[in-house]
Amino acid sequence: MIVLRERQLLFALMLPAAMVFAAFFLLPLARLVVMGGSGPLGWAAYADIFTGTHYLKSFAQTIALSAAVTVFTLVVSGLAGVFLERNRFTGHALLTAMLTLPLAFPGVVIGFMVIMLAGRQGLVADISDALVGERLVFAYSMAGLFMGYVYFSIPRTILTVMAAAEKLDPRLEEAARSLGAGPLRVVRDVVLPALKPALVAAGAICFATSMGAFGTAFTLATRINVVPMVIYTEFTLQANVAMAAALSFVLGAITWAALAFARTLTGSSVAAAG
Amino acid sequence: MRSRRSVWFWLQLALTLAVCAFLIVPIGLSMLAGVTQNYFLGPSHGLTLQWVLKVWQDYSAPVLLSVQLAALCLLCTLVLGIPAAYVLAKRQNAFTRAIEELMVMPVAVPGIATALALIVTYGSLGGFRTHWSFILAGHVLFTLPFMVRSVLAVMMSMDLHTLEEAARSLGANFVQRFFGVVLPNCRAGIVAGALMVVTLSLGEFNMTLLLHTPLTQTLPVGLADTYASLRLEIGSAYTLVFFIIIVPLLVAMQWASNAASRARSV
Repeated sequence: MIVLRERQLLFALMLPAAMVFAAFFLLPLARLVVMGGSGPLGWAAYADIFTGTHYLKSFAQTIALSAAVTVFTLVVSGLAGVFLERNRFTGHALLTAMLTLPLAFPGVVIGFMVIMLAGRQGLVADISDALVGERLVFAYSMAGLFMGYVYFSIPRTILTVMAAAEKLDPRLEEAARSLGAGPLRVVRDVVLPALKPALVAAGAICFATSMGAFGTAFTLATRINVVPMVIYTEFTLQANVAMAAALSFVLGAITWAALAFARTLTGSSVAAAG
Repeated sequence: MRSRRSVWFWLQLALTLAVCAFLIVPIGLSMLAGVTQNYFLGPSHGLTLQWVLKVWQDYSAPVLLSVQLAALCLLCTLVLGIPAAYVLAKRQNAFTRAIEELMVMPVAVPGIATALALIVTYGSLGGFRTHWSFILAGHVLFTLPFMVRSVLAVMMSMDLHTLEEAARSLGANFVQRFFGVVLPNCRAGIVAGALMVVTLSLGEFNMTLLLHTPLTQTLPVGLADTYASLRLEIGSAYTLVFFIIIVPLLVAMQWASNAASRARSV
């Protein structure tokens, strides 16, 4: 009797969240899938994404960009994160605080940060003008987007790496060193394997957010052909809701799969897109 | 080791400082540009608050709407998320793990996809589509997992069962236990979750761009508007307003997570 009452109580506590979730996520997601098959092409719209060159090229570009961002972010944040965890010096706390400050900046603001650095009136243009007499401007292209996504991903990845590096046992490295391993060997055989779960989790989040991020691309240029921009163009300018829905579903499936794959490898991960 | 730093130390320090500069310099530049009369001529030609004032005149409505949405979003995630986290903490089985997995999906799926799904489902309900609560629904979906996970993590790290049994044996009913014992004990998780929810809601753009209407413009949507169409100084001034709101929240978030890790190590 008491067990039953507790069950009912827990059910009642879960119910509001479950209802909101079902009404505003599960049902709309199902409608989205159906909508994707309701255009002039019917359900073939989903096949068209992978056979027609236009969308496939956009997906390929977005995946390549996200993969490049992930690799670059992991290398830079891995080095900086382990360094910050291992060394204590004057200004350490301030440096860590500054590196993690932009943690939850929205994509639009990050796009503007890229414009401040690499835009027409940007810092890079001023410096290159002073050095070689030519204004270097690359904010409004794939390179600018790459820069923005790296900016977005670094703070979170550094935090993840620092948390993982905290748990590393320095004695293992000392043992490896005393057995004659050089610094690169120690990194390759001791440090990297120990950090691998954290790197995989952070990398998956980095990849998924780069695939789905929209604000930065929206701020930098409408001509950059990443998938979220294509969805936006199909929906607003072409009024092709069916194609936008099909593309959204495929994009969502890819990002979800990337995160789920990382979770099966590492246990848990939480992502955040700006 | 402390007295003789190796060449690796200096190389890594240089890299870390470069990364830091990459993150912080544009923030500084944009804040400076927001109070510069003419950014092209440089700050030496005069500083001014005219751009900030102009932004406040033209965009106070989106800023206030965003603050209102963030507050209501926080309220919703508290009311929905804490009981849900409690259930997930009490029952650890395949079913609740599946629920937890499902709940994180709105974060895993790109915001533009979720927004489109909401529009194809509820877009024809004119009154709802044009009301700010349409945006709120999206924000709650996106931020709820952060509240649930934050509170759940704290609940899992303490002995909820023993605490509740003690209260129960003293005659406390469920409502007394929940508000008198459970909630005060997961205060740290609630505070961390609340800061995250407010920060994310204030900055949410991926969904909001599609969900908003001309009359329900939010702060980040207004930002994109100024970046696209107005001069750099106005975009910078608007960004400055955003920083003034968001940076204290981010600092509080760092402080809360530091306090939490100090509490764990004691």
